[in-house]
Amino acid sequence: MGYSTELKNHQNEQHKFRVRLVFLILLVLSAFSALLGRFYFLQVFRYDYYQTLAENNRISIVPITPNRGLISDRNGIILAHNFFVYTLEITPSKTDGLQDTITELGSLVEISATDLKRFKKLRAQSHTFESIPIRTHLNEYEAAKFAVNRFRFPGVELKSRLFRHYPYGTLGTHGIGYISRINENDLKQLKESNQLSNYKGTEHIGKAGVEQAYEADLHGVTGFQQVEIDADGRAVRVLSSASPTSGNNIVLSMDAKMQEIAEHEFAGRRGALVAIQPKTGEVLSMVSMPSFDANLFVDGIDFDNWNLLNNSLDKPLINRALKGIYPPGSTFKPFVAMAGLESGKRQPPFAISDPGYFTLPNSRHRYRDWKPSGHGAVDMRRAITVSCDTFFYGLAVELGIERLTDFVRHFGFGEKTNIDIQGELSGLLPTPAWKQRRYKQPWYMGETVIVGIGQGYTLVTPMQLAYATATLANNGKAIRPHLVNAIVNSKTNQVNMLPHTLADQLNLNPQNLEIVKLGMMDVTRPGGTAAAVGANAGYDIAAKTGTAQVVGIKQNEKYNEKLIAERHRDHAWFIAYAPAEDPKIAVAVIVENGSHGGSTAGPIARKVMDYYLLGKVPVDPAAAAQAAAEATVVNAPEVEEEPHD
Amino acid sequence: MIRQWIGHFIRHIDSILLATVLMVLVVALMVLYSASGQSLLKVNAQLINIVVMLGVMFLVANTQPQHIERIALPAYLLGLALLIAVALVGDISHGARRWLNLGVTKIQPSELMKLAVPIMLSWYFSKRETMLRTADYIVAGVILLTPVLLIAKQPDLGTATLVFASGFYVIFLAGLSWKFIFGSVVAFGAALPILWSMLHDYQRRRVEILIDPSQDPLGAGYHIIQATIAIGSGGTTGKGWLNGTQSQLDFVPERTTDFIFAVFAEEFGLVGCSLLLLLFTIIIGRAFIIASQAKSTFSRLLAGSIAATFFTYCFVNMGMVSGILPVVGIPLPLVSYGGTSLLTLGLSLGLLMSVQSHKRLVATD
Repeated sequence: MGYSTELKNHQNEQHKFRVRLVFLILLVLSAFSALLGRFYFLQVFRYDYYQTLAENNRISIVPITPNRGLISDRNGIILAHNFFVYTLEITPSKTDGLQDTITELGSLVEISATDLKRFKKLRAQSHTFESIPIRTHLNEYEAAKFAVNRFRFPGVELKSRLFRHYPYGTLGTHGIGYISRINENDLKQLKESNQLSNYKGTEHIGKAGVEQAYEADLHGVTGFQQVEIDADGRAVRVLSSASPTSGNNIVLSMDAKMQEIAEHEFAGRRGALVAIQPKTGEVLSMVSMPSFDANLFVDGIDFDNWNLLNNSLDKPLINRALKGIYPPGSTFKPFVAMAGLESGKRQPPFAISDPGYFTLPNSRHRYRDWKPSGHGAVDMRRAITVSCDTFFYGLAVELGIERLTDFVRHFGFGEKTNIDIQGELSGLLPTPAWKQRRYKQPWYMGETVIVGIGQGYTLVTPMQLAYATATLANNGKAIRPHLVNAIVNSKTNQVNMLPHTLADQLNLNPQNLEIVKLGMMDVTRPGGTAAAVGANAGYDIAAKTGTAQVVGIKQNEKYNEKLIAERHRDHAWFIAYAPAEDPKIAVAVIVENGSHGGSTAGPIARKVMDYYLLGKVPVDPAAAAQAAAEATVVNAPEVEEEPHD
Repeated sequence: MIRQWIGHFIRHIDSILLATVLMVLVVALMVLYSASGQSLLKVNAQLINIVVMLGVMFLVANTQPQHIERIALPAYLLGLALLIAVALVGDISHGARRWLNLGVTKIQPSELMKLAVPIMLSWYFSKRETMLRTADYIVAGVILLTPVLLIAKQPDLGTATLVFASGFYVIFLAGLSWKFIFGSVVAFGAALPILWSMLHDYQRRRVEILIDPSQDPLGAGYHIIQATIAIGSGGTTGKGWLNGTQSQLDFVPERTTDFIFAVFAEEFGLVGCSLLLLLFTIIIGRAFIIASQAKSTFSRLLAGSIAATFFTYCFVNMGMVSGILPVVGIPLPLVSYGGTSLLTLGLSLGLLMSVQSHKRLVATD
């Protein structure tokens, strides 16, 4: 290790330096090659993938909710329509202090306790990123007041929303139905029917009646806007758009005026009425009293109102016309009579001498007639007119339960009428097979006896009874009842009349029909059980009164003691069609706890028929009430003469 | 006389470097215009930065390397003092203590060290007239690691890495033994678990997210994911200038600064990326040639280090933006918006030109 070796050798050093440089150059080249490879991988090999991601990033599909179709009555009166209202909505996830925000909002526009309750309820059902209305129906002044202050309220928006509105409130609600917020269950169903994408942006869906049954027509087709958005989700520009297609308008068979008259005539009583055009199956009225205001549900019903409706002893939410099941009572007799005549068991001049009761062979049990003294000599026509129980007891036994039920089934008993809205119950037409299945017990002869007068297990809905009446009026041609007459295409205005469906066809002997029909016409004539109803009508009414013992709508809640007596009274039935010789309307009416069909249910049917056939409209409620009062007084003696049917 | 003066001035400018740098700058301004949402304000500001940078470059190019050697030690010591000052009384921003508030302006001493450290080390090695011994490398290591550790402690891992790299290149070029280098690499590998435990949580997170950005798609991984989408969706020829949806619609974060390359790659595609890489390669290559032709140890080491550091900037930035390196805040040289970065580059390029144009003078020394 000499001194000289420690001196720098500049040439050697430069050579060494260059070797190091070459190493660095190789490093640069390999590193840049790696980058180039990476770029190639991203930009060529995986281009499609990233291209899609970039597109998804950039484009957001904004749904445009279609206008819901309008619902009008058969005469064009609008029963459900839409209008814009200002709504104040909060998106919880975008709001810092929800409670403070609401308090501060309250100092700006009025927020009622009801609003708060609804908000809380909706909030529990919604995701935090969904906007929930805190106040709806703001007026222009309130809207402007918020607009100026909106910078103070992040996460709160003033929206203009299309609202469903039912201008007549409670009128015909059970038939028209209502819309309400889409819930989890609806979502599931929409998903199953592949309709979910069409409901993007839609918040409401039909929940009952026509609104529910014709949802597909009413809703329309959701439009879409392809919007370019930035990273914060703000719309930059619209790339393309597809307009929504408004829902189709629906024309009901219902006559709003008739509906109004009928509902009014119930005057606070519970019950139902169905009026059908026998030849077409068009339902002119479907009344279920008490009714409720469909508008309550549109905003999301608040807790108090819901409780009020849901817990009411009067069950306003139940559509009695379709779901109320009652024994048909004597209204069943004309159909049993048809069975007797058609089977040849009761051909004129067959008549019985009614002692006021009926006994089965080898039995001492007396099945009493409603008239203890008996009706004397009774043939078929008179049996219907005076509602002779004894006559029908014997007839039922002679027909036998199987033959009886097999025949009347053609009038729609024991089966759904398949009306075009949902929720209908099928009632019950009992048979030995049914009893065995249901109770594991044999059928007793005595049970056949009481089926003859519409008691026992037999259960019907008002809709069924109206349908049966219409079928009888239509000489055995059963036309499926429907609430909707036509669907009007919102784009082309083309009116699509819905076809009338022949549901069943009974080839009835005209002579037999004549006997039953004459018997029913006599019902509304002096001496009949509803003579008062037919008085001064100006047209012939074929009818039948009836009484149903109280077993119908389940009322298993605790009873209000004071109401028990009233609610234990019999239900009053009345079926009719008119004009008797060329029926244009068939009606079934039940007044719960109304006792006598002729006095409570009959006058309601008469008002409806007067309106439909003569155009008579009760002038105003007060006058109508007075007229009703006078009618009761005038007819009172007759009713007392016929205390029961 | 003016012509003579200009001629004298231009004599020290390396035309190849200048031409390539100007080409990159033109591209950079175009991308900036697009990335800034077509803000002429920002383009103008960057234009001023560029003018300053070119001015500095011209000035330094006309300065003899010997003059620069003379400021090596004072600049280094000043930088060190400032770093210590920062550690004691620096302003805290984003959880890191990086700035020194001088009342009039805030300075970031770590930026100064990016050049002060390689200059200092080049000067140190040029002063060793004898063969280098282990002791010399140890001294060099101390010179290098003192500022690096101070910067890492701020914490500013990105800058610390770059300062370390710039100094390490000098030591490497000065002839650090391969045995030591490989030994260190092995030792570093072995020490990784310990280093891992020393990292801040957010730094670990960055590394974890680099490995799998989808771990945190809306948080830390968002940068990488969106930048990668931008690059990938650019395809072969790109979406065209001003048409990059990812960048125009704000999806690419920090898109005028650290992530500007994603904007460029989206709008100019693989073709543009390749051309930009080529331009960078030319600049680096030219710098290596300058280094290899330099006549003094100081110039040689400094030029080599500048070339390699420039490469490191390019590689780390593009590697980060395209998702093969961790996200550390490093601008893309000449392209990212910002005055400090350009100023440092002006100095670096000026130094390279000075080395190139003064080699005869050096040789006659």
